[in-house]
Amino acid sequence: MPEAMLAARGITRRFGGLVAVNDVSLDLQRGTVHAVIGTNGAGKSTLINILSGELMASAGQVLLEGRDITAWPQPQRARGGLGRSYQRSTIFPALSVYENCRLAAQAGRQRFWHWWRHAGDCAHSAGQARHALERTGLAASAATPAGLLPHGHKRQLEIAMCLAGQPRVLLLDEPLAGMGPEETERILALLQALKAEHAILLVEHDMDAVFGNADTITVMVNGSAIACGTPAQIRANPQVQDAYLGEGPCTH
Amino acid sequence: MNLNPASKLIPAAVLLALAAFPWLGADYYTGLAVKLMIYAIFALSLQLLVGGAGLVSLGHAAFFGIGAYAAALLSPEAEAAGLAWLLGAAVLGAAAYALLTGALALRTRGVYFIMVTLAFSQMAYYVFHDTGLGGGSDGIYLYFRPQLSLGGWLPFDLDQPGTYYLFVLACLALTWGFLAMLARSPFGAALAGIRINEQRMRAAGYSTFPYKLTAYVVGAALAGLAGFLYALKDGFVTPELLAWEQSGLVLLMVILGGMSRLGGAVLGAAALILLQELFQSQALFGDYARHWHLPLGLAIIALVALLPDGLAGLPAQWRARRAARRPAAAPGADTADAAAPQSLPLSGEPHA
Amino acid sequence: MDAGIFLIQCLNALQHGLLLFLVASGLTLIFGIMGIINLAHGSFYMIGAYMAFALGPLVERWTGGGFAATLLLCVLLAALLGYLLEAAFFSYLYRRDHLQQVLMTYGLILVFEEVRSLLVGNDVHGVPMPGWLSGTVSLGGVMTYPVYRLFISAVGIGVALLLYWVITRTRLGMMVRAGASNREMIGSLGIDINRLYRIVFAAGVALAALAGTIAAPVSSVYPGMGHGVLIVCFVVVVIGGIGSIRGAFLAAMLVGAVETFGQVLFPAAAGVLVYLLMALILLCKPEGLFKQG
Repeated sequence: MPEAMLAARGITRRFGGLVAVNDVSLDLQRGTVHAVIGTNGAGKSTLINILSGELMASAGQVLLEGRDITAWPQPQRARGGLGRSYQRSTIFPALSVYENCRLAAQAGRQRFWHWWRHAGDCAHSAGQARHALERTGLAASAATPAGLLPHGHKRQLEIAMCLAGQPRVLLLDEPLAGMGPEETERILALLQALKAEHAILLVEHDMDAVFGNADTITVMVNGSAIACGTPAQIRANPQVQDAYLGEGPCTH
Repeated sequence: MNLNPASKLIPAAVLLALAAFPWLGADYYTGLAVKLMIYAIFALSLQLLVGGAGLVSLGHAAFFGIGAYAAALLSPEAEAAGLAWLLGAAVLGAAAYALLTGALALRTRGVYFIMVTLAFSQMAYYVFHDTGLGGGSDGIYLYFRPQLSLGGWLPFDLDQPGTYYLFVLACLALTWGFLAMLARSPFGAALAGIRINEQRMRAAGYSTFPYKLTAYVVGAALAGLAGFLYALKDGFVTPELLAWEQSGLVLLMVILGGMSRLGGAVLGAAALILLQELFQSQALFGDYARHWHLPLGLAIIALVALLPDGLAGLPAQWRARRAARRPAAAPGADTADAAAPQSLPLSGEPHA
Repeated sequence: MDAGIFLIQCLNALQHGLLLFLVASGLTLIFGIMGIINLAHGSFYMIGAYMAFALGPLVERWTGGGFAATLLLCVLLAALLGYLLEAAFFSYLYRRDHLQQVLMTYGLILVFEEVRSLLVGNDVHGVPMPGWLSGTVSLGGVMTYPVYRLFISAVGIGVALLLYWVITRTRLGMMVRAGASNREMIGSLGIDINRLYRIVFAAGVALAALAGTIAAPVSSVYPGMGHGVLIVCFVVVVIGGIGSIRGAFLAAMLVGAVETFGQVLFPAAAGVLVYLLMALILLCKPEGLFKQG
């Protein structure tokens, strides 16, 4: 059994009296897509925030390629290969699509004190940016101000920025939010293409997409992980059926 | 920051005009121009914080004042000090205070940051106002302008008004050029990203604290330079240079000029100083000129309300208004998003 | 320091802290509920004091009333001023970002100062203490303490209790608490936001002016009095946490103690101590001691 690229062990997070995430564990293997599904308020966002480092866990461990990164702040995790995309587009609207990716890529080689250099001349970030734009199919819009992109392209840019940092693990928070069928197909194709070299954690509401594309699914209800397995196992799981009473995979 | 020819020509033209000024204008106006250039450096230094990093500081005057007091306190009474080390002391003094207070202040965000920077500058104000250091509320004098002495030879004499004028102009040109270079560097690009969305930059792998602290210290150092030049101007330094009114004034210059362009700070400094001159003019207002704070206050309110992008943003504002009037309107909300002024981080949302 | 002087300083610290609380509570409420940072808040303190000076003789002449009547009039006028100001000026600030609020209220300070200068001039004035409050009280037969300062503390405690009662026991207070922790929510609860804001703002102004009015006989009335109070109140709000009345109270007591004892124990460094306190607290708790929401 290959070592998990990202492992969460007994993650718990309390907000005062409220337990948002209760003893959740999961593994992310390279070359797989692991989806986390659950109703609203199930704790999925909190979980992804803890994995990416925006929130500290109240208890539990996070391991990146075997290293304990539980105490690492978010920037350190990102530099260590943990990339994250957001549910609401967090692109930089005033900058061009290209500059968005280049800036994200620059994090890998920041050249903090090189004040005499021109940022655009940096070969490393330029190359990474172009590569990320090609993979996500945005190369044609490179010069467009990101704020002027249609919604679907903004979501693609969100992923491109994530890729520009050369992550090995991808945490994707509802990448399909607000997308039409054509755009959804495009993103899912991209995910399949990325799967080979990365470990992907996908938080999503679109059940068709999840059951059609995930290798492993974890179901969360009220902060706890009630089931974890292949799509077929999850579909057949009575607890999951209970929790989603009336909600079949085709509701969305 | 676009690199079209205008953005290089305009600063060059402004600097040339300033260089030619002493030979064209009367003494009083030359003095005014020097004041304008000093405040332009001061405003540019704050522009790095506000327009560059998105840090709204209401205590920037402290660094200006520390630079001025360093120059006055460290100058011997009977002769000129060495220019290089006096200037260095002024700049380093301001930078040191910024390092100490910035490390603490930058732990806060949004409104807390505004209030904390104000408080730290008040602290410095009280040190100079209440303690014996530097003559208390009466202020102190600087008797001899420092000189650059290379083994006994003076390449230029700062006591000559013309030379002093050009020295200030050179400092302005160097400051402007340095900040423009900084803005184009990887550091500047990262700073811009932090201003737009700090959380996103952290997610990408940037530790944002060092960037903000460095910007804060560099801004303070340049403000110290401006303060140093101010002390040389009239040879008189008071604690009021560190007062919060000064901090508010320089912040106004940055906003009034327009935050998104460096030149905006220079424009804002000029506008505000000229406005002050205007409202203080007895020729226009007679006896009521004593109350020049009133029209100034009203003007400030009006300008901030009506010019969200400042004076430098006026051309873009007019263009947008003309475009909006045309029947074939631009596509939906996305355009509005791209054209809207950058908004600053609001109340302190905790980040891990 | 012997026991008698220590007791006196404690009473001074209490009085100073309570005055600060009056001003800071308005500031923190206005920021917590409406999200406005108002640099001109110190000017309301100044306005309260100058009203005491200017209106005192008038009230006496027209109604024969004394200090109590003047005090009541000042507070009512201040509340009215706050109500009108909110409608005419501050309501336009809600949508603006903090930077613009800072600068527009900075302009407002200049306007207030000059209007005061035009109406009443720039001189320092004393305000007579009312006769029935100007005696002293003996502390254990050894020292005496001015009755008026005890009166200030009494007013401060009374207002603090009143605020506590309003905020925890009335419907208005419930709306205020909801607003302080989640501003966006109260709109969707069907509460008339505009009226709530106007009332809160008027209350904030009245509190600051009340502080100025009762402080006037002790501190006298002078042009810069608003600025000093404002900045110390900013420190109080930072330490206490924005939006928290309880935090403002505790922080005001703390700052009052530090300033009072600081002046006695370290007179040279007195002005700086409060900021050192703030720096220390920021090291451990960057969001204040009792941040709401």
